[in-house]
Amino acid sequence: MIRVQREDFDIGAEIEALTGGNDQIGAVASFVGITRADAGAAAGDAVTAMTLEHYPAMTEKQLADIEAEACRRWELTASLIVHRYGRLEPGDRIVLVVTAAAHRRAALDACAFLIDWLKTKAPFWKREETAEGDRWVAARDADDRAAERWHSGS
Amino acid sequence: MTLLYFAWVRERIGRDSEEIALPADVQTVAALLDWLRSRGGGYAQALEDLSVIRVAVNQEFAGPDHAVADGDEIALFPPVTGGARP
Repeated sequence: MIRVQREDFDIGAEIEALTGGNDQIGAVASFVGITRADAGAAAGDAVTAMTLEHYPAMTEKQLADIEAEACRRWELTASLIVHRYGRLEPGDRIVLVVTAAAHRRAALDACAFLIDWLKTKAPFWKREETAEGDRWVAARDADDRAAERWHSGS
Repeated sequence: MTLLYFAWVRERIGRDSEEIALPADVQTVAALLDWLRSRGGGYAQALEDLSVIRVAVNQEFAGPDHAVADGDEIALFPPVTGGARP
């Protein structure tokens, strides 16, 4: 299940709604992405807020494809991706990935797979606000490498 | 054909979308980018460095050789930076 929304989400309520009452589930894994103030940045360069822009039609399609791929690779009982867009401040939740399976390995691996792919394939762009002005975040090779590792052996 | 622009590509071109009639000799993503760049101004500025331009044809990532045709929805944008902040 995929949702792209401006509003915040309640992690406990989302997990309960996805998995509650299903006695075939033995493991639930989750990933929560949170907006971070960049502690390593120079003074005046700290991120005070950011705005996430996205391409709605493509986002829905990409996220659905990524989730379908995870379901092909692992025996998942249920999965959920919630991604926010709009203006977010440090400490705000951005993204939630929940995977449920009979056993922990499928739930954990599928969860890691989903977040790695999400970061490289989902059409979102971040614009950061700092005391020095606004700037678009540049893509990082490290994210591409994190996603690439899922290619090996497949 | 519908063209959509996102993030700084949108800002440099100065609009978020437009409808265009495709010239007959523009049949690939690469040719479309060349043609757009030849319009100059914000297009030339936005498409100056194609290594940081990504293209989606009908909501799927597409390489330079991908075919384009009237009726397609084509989006131009920078590499994605989604998920939690890197």
